[in-house]
Amino acid sequence: MIKQLAQRLLGPLTLVLLVLTFWLGLWVTPPDKIQGNLARLLYVHPAVAWVALYVSFGTAAVASALYLWKRTRSQVMDRIAHCAMEVSIVFIIVTLITGSIWGRPTWGVWWAWDARLTSTAILGLFELAYLALRRANDDPDLRARRSAVFAIIAAVNVPIIHFSVDWWNTLHQGATAFTENGNLLVHGIMLWTLFISLFAFTLLFFWLLRARYRLEVLRDEKYHASLDEALAQRRREGVH
Amino acid sequence: MIRIALLVAGKDLRIERRSRVLLWQVLPFGVTGLLLSGLALGPTQAGHSSAAPGLFYLVMLLVALLMINRSQVIEGSTGTKTSIATLGLDPAGVFLGKALALAVELWLTGAVLLAGSVLFLHTALSGTLSALPSVAVTLGALGAAGSLYGALSGGGQGPATLLPMLSLPAFAPLLIAGERSFSAALRHGSIWRWWVISLVALVAYLALGILLYGVLEES
Amino acid sequence: MSNASPVVELRDAVVMIGGFPLLSGVTVEMAPRSLTVVTGANGAGKTSLLRLLGGLITLSRGYGVVSGVDLKTGDLRELRRRVGWLGHEGSFYDDLSAEENLTFAAKALQRPIGEIAVVLERVGLSRRSSTPAKKLSAGQRRRLGLAWLLLRRPETWLLDEPYASLDDEGRTFFDDLIGDVVAGGATVVVSAHDPLRSDSLAPRTLTLAGGLVVGDDG
Repeated sequence: MIKQLAQRLLGPLTLVLLVLTFWLGLWVTPPDKIQGNLARLLYVHPAVAWVALYVSFGTAAVASALYLWKRTRSQVMDRIAHCAMEVSIVFIIVTLITGSIWGRPTWGVWWAWDARLTSTAILGLFELAYLALRRANDDPDLRARRSAVFAIIAAVNVPIIHFSVDWWNTLHQGATAFTENGNLLVHGIMLWTLFISLFAFTLLFFWLLRARYRLEVLRDEKYHASLDEALAQRRREGVH
Repeated sequence: MIRIALLVAGKDLRIERRSRVLLWQVLPFGVTGLLLSGLALGPTQAGHSSAAPGLFYLVMLLVALLMINRSQVIEGSTGTKTSIATLGLDPAGVFLGKALALAVELWLTGAVLLAGSVLFLHTALSGTLSALPSVAVTLGALGAAGSLYGALSGGGQGPATLLPMLSLPAFAPLLIAGERSFSAALRHGSIWRWWVISLVALVAYLALGILLYGVLEES
Repeated sequence: MSNASPVVELRDAVVMIGGFPLLSGVTVEMAPRSLTVVTGANGAGKTSLLRLLGGLITLSRGYGVVSGVDLKTGDLRELRRRVGWLGHEGSFYDDLSAEENLTFAAKALQRPIGEIAVVLERVGLSRRSSTPAKKLSAGQRRRLGLAWLLLRRPETWLLDEPYASLDDEGRTFFDDLIGDVVAGGATVVVSAHDPLRSDSLAPRTLTLAGGLVVGDDG
């Protein structure tokens, strides 16, 4: 009952929060003292990056690990991992685009060899590779096993990439909301808008994931129906 | 596990020695790559050693892709794979063996290409020698990662084209760590900070391979 | 069929790979120490049935137990250790010699190296022991495959089209050896295009079509 209600409310709630974020971000919050209107990207970029780097990729990695663990090995986990990874790519692309839009006036170039930008792009490449791997294997079991192993390897690589690229070169603006001592720098309506955006984009991820998952279930049903048809046809070869 | 690893590594290396693919195809490819890198830099930059560490590792990555493919190809036909599968070898041992053989081949190729880098790209001999511990660990990590990615890409559609897509993003930190430590060695700086990244990657890939290689071989 | 509990028990076994049903519902039992020949046209599912029995492909639907190992839930690696496979294509490392291939198998299985010379003698390859596998003829490669199996001494022998491109002498040699192996207590399953024309063996013959058993003379 509660689950059904939550599922039914997920879409409308996401839309309301997204509209609220954009309204607050574009019209209600004041421009930044230093960065002016450019700072309004703060209500999109960090939230999208949070979903891309942690929520969606994390969901895919955990679902992959659960798939590999014999007790929880099920098609459901493989589907969640696959769908989360696909949705994650969308968020990675938006993260890179919004980062680039912010970078052009700040650094003077659309692409800078900044640590976070580079490591986000590498993570995006991992995700593209994951999808390429899925496409290269026809057999569902083999595909699920290989994809899950690859997702785990990618997850283990994330901190290695993070540190290597971070040590290599970092230009990125540090955490904007806090000082080095952990004190809040953003206040009032700006802070609220930031929190709402984080919540809105997180919900957007789960909404997209659910929609993509349902599509995958339909696709699987169609695939299984085609298997039954193929089986019946093959049996007819034997009978005649 | 160690017994099987040594057996598999010995078999892979014996096949390489017998077929001479490493000697006549992979090594010349690496040397050609290094020479072309010099040409790509242009006449004024060609002799500058500052770009050498990056070029060395870039060529090594391309060479590694060839070797990883080769490491899978020697398992050969479906018949060979089936015969080996019925031996019921410990998958962790098979992974370690293939990783070790690949690492040995990469070390040999790396030694030749380092000499090439001294000769063609004018890196200082002393600096190049002091980069050796880092080169050894980075190439070892490349071997371990390569065995895993080789098994992941094998058997599906277009394994030779899938392999670079799967492995190159993961090779990025190794390229960075290797290049930085080699550059530091050439400047007589400390290589150890970057060496740690290669070492962590090596340990991570060995652990992942030992744990997960069996899943890839389930059927 | 003997009264001993079957070494192979399949009920409505279906194997699907990439959406195609290789086996579409095989029901069969095989007794230990028996010789079964699986025949049928190309694409009937002969090789797939042998691969299923060896735990080399997974059971998609139905029920199957081979040598006490459940094909759906059991440890297939354990099953693979108990079977020996001889394919019609190469079964070894082409760049290694006959002896080196056998040494690899012997060391992997911790068998005495001294047995290698004995099995090479048994299959008539003593004088070609140092020849790389890729330089052996089709018949010699098949013999090397048999030497590999003799060294392994598996409980179940799965021979996929072993008679293909063999001359009469080679066929007789194979017949004799299979007879010895069955007498020695192993279960042997052979796939072949046509029923066996052997004077010395009296196998059970299964006929496959469309991934189903459509004939069983046993």
